[in-house]
Amino acid sequence: MMDLFSYIVFFLIIAGIYSISTLGLNLQWGFTGLMSVGIVGFFGVGAYATAFLTGPHYPDALGGFGLPVPVGWLGAMLLSGLFALIVGVPTIRLRHDFLAIGTFGIAICIQLLAMNWKSVTRGFDGLFGIPKPFAGWPGTPLGNNLVFLGIVIFLVGLIYWALERMLRSPWGRVLRAIREDEEAAGALGKNAFSFRLQSFVLGSMLMGLSGALYASFTGFVSPQDMLPIFTFQVFVMLIVGGNGNNKGAIVGSLLIWGLWTVTETILGAILPAVLKNQVASARVVLVGIILVGMLLYRPQGLFPEERVVSPEARLPEK
Amino acid sequence: MIQVLVDGLVAASFIALGVIGLSLIYNILNFPSFAHGDHLTIGAYFGLVVVLVIGTAGSIGVLTFGWPLIVATFFAAILTGLLAQILDRAIYGQLRRKGSSRITLIIASFGVALMLRHIVVMFFGPDPVYYSFAIQPAIRFWGIRITPNELVVLGVTAVMVVGLHLFLSRTRLGKAMRAVAENPSLARVNGIDVDGVIRWTWLIGAGLAAIGGVLFGMAIGMQPFFGFELLLPMFAALIVGGMTNIYGAILGAILIGVAESITVKYFAAEYRQAVSFLAVIVVLMFRPQGLFGEKE
Repeated sequence: MMDLFSYIVFFLIIAGIYSISTLGLNLQWGFTGLMSVGIVGFFGVGAYATAFLTGPHYPDALGGFGLPVPVGWLGAMLLSGLFALIVGVPTIRLRHDFLAIGTFGIAICIQLLAMNWKSVTRGFDGLFGIPKPFAGWPGTPLGNNLVFLGIVIFLVGLIYWALERMLRSPWGRVLRAIREDEEAAGALGKNAFSFRLQSFVLGSMLMGLSGALYASFTGFVSPQDMLPIFTFQVFVMLIVGGNGNNKGAIVGSLLIWGLWTVTETILGAILPAVLKNQVASARVVLVGIILVGMLLYRPQGLFPEERVVSPEARLPEK
Repeated sequence: MIQVLVDGLVAASFIALGVIGLSLIYNILNFPSFAHGDHLTIGAYFGLVVVLVIGTAGSIGVLTFGWPLIVATFFAAILTGLLAQILDRAIYGQLRRKGSSRITLIIASFGVALMLRHIVVMFFGPDPVYYSFAIQPAIRFWGIRITPNELVVLGVTAVMVVGLHLFLSRTRLGKAMRAVAENPSLARVNGIDVDGVIRWTWLIGAGLAAIGGVLFGMAIGMQPFFGFELLLPMFAALIVGGMTNIYGAILGAILIGVAESITVKYFAAEYRQAVSFLAVIVVLMFRPQGLFGEKE
């Protein structure tokens, strides 16, 4: 019984971490119409930044600053934001394709750095011993995981609330105006490039935060955590939940992470033992079919984008 | 120095055979296909299936392959082309008809890419495989070292590029493809069979990618991720060449290939893909229309 409970806590923490990335993608794609194909890159930057800032002293890698966990998370967001600027500034003023290709490229470069810049990252050996917040409190690992889950839920709630506020603010209105008709928004004096860049950098910072939480939770980060499959999962989460809907982003993350973990068990049980190694790949194909099916038959997702009217902008009732 | 150039041209061959299809798809179907690298992978493995069925890659003189691999190349090109058409029927074409955005097509292609790659892993496992384990000594002339297999890579690529040029400039279908790339609605009202053009685009684009994949497997060997690893260099070549210019993209492939071999020789082999990212950023910063493109 306790095993199951521990597992559910673990499951919810990971799903919560995913949903922060999904909310970041929703800000970029859902609200602003920007496509990032390098989500895992920003996630990885966040994870490594946390390891450098809060982790122990590594004799053969960067680290040993021993900063408090929240400072590490903040640093992770800032560094992810910086990487977002590197790719965003040259590509966002151009057609959408270039941002997709640029983010795809930077994610590959970040993974190359993680694998090969051994004097900083220790390569495939990874960085370990990244501290959890309130480590060792209140005594049991399960207790500490519950505390961590509380932090994750608080952060997801905070981000959700902030994004909903922003969506209804003049800033959010401009984003949607640019998404729908850039020229019209430009004619009203809105600098599309600047608004897009803000949205892209903010969304990437959220992806960095989710990487930071992941590193703090697992205590370990390596290039193995930075596979393109992560980007794919976040796509599917947002598409299933509903692109343009923050609630959908969170629900989609829960559902797809649930499916991801359940399919491993089910496929592992129904496939004969000789096919054990095929399970991981079969799961990718299955989730890929779900992705394509959603794009074809329910592109708006489970929770379609809602029409948002700002309180100040409501027409007087007749 | 010449050696670096030769190595670069060999690397450029695979990128070039890939980027032709990427460019055709981008210009005719209007989206950057993230699955195109995996068409090389699929092609190489289709070739492997044929070689396994025949039982040997054969050998001709100093080459480590013979007629079985030549047959395999034909099969690989046709099967990959057909697979691409099936994917278009089932996915991309449906999305087009529903008026889906370009971002939706990008995401669909990213999903297709992962599925193709993992289907290969399911059947062949993640480890490298080869058509032949024969060892081939390099030949030397004018201070250059090159294996006979690599010479074949250069030769086949050159023939394909010239063939593509003749096809695009001399044949009815080639001209129709250029017309659709230029302006699809105008092409349609002029009686061009746009759907037919789209079918040929997949067949030719994926077919050339498959040939590139088989050549890669023949000269270097293959694992399920090699095509994916060629995708960023292919995009870089496309951007350097100016997106809409297929000859520019081929020149871009040569530039990227040579830049990669310079990196491998003088800096660090591990970072060869990073060259492509740098090229993308620098070109987009200073000359977004590409080195060989015209301003829109």
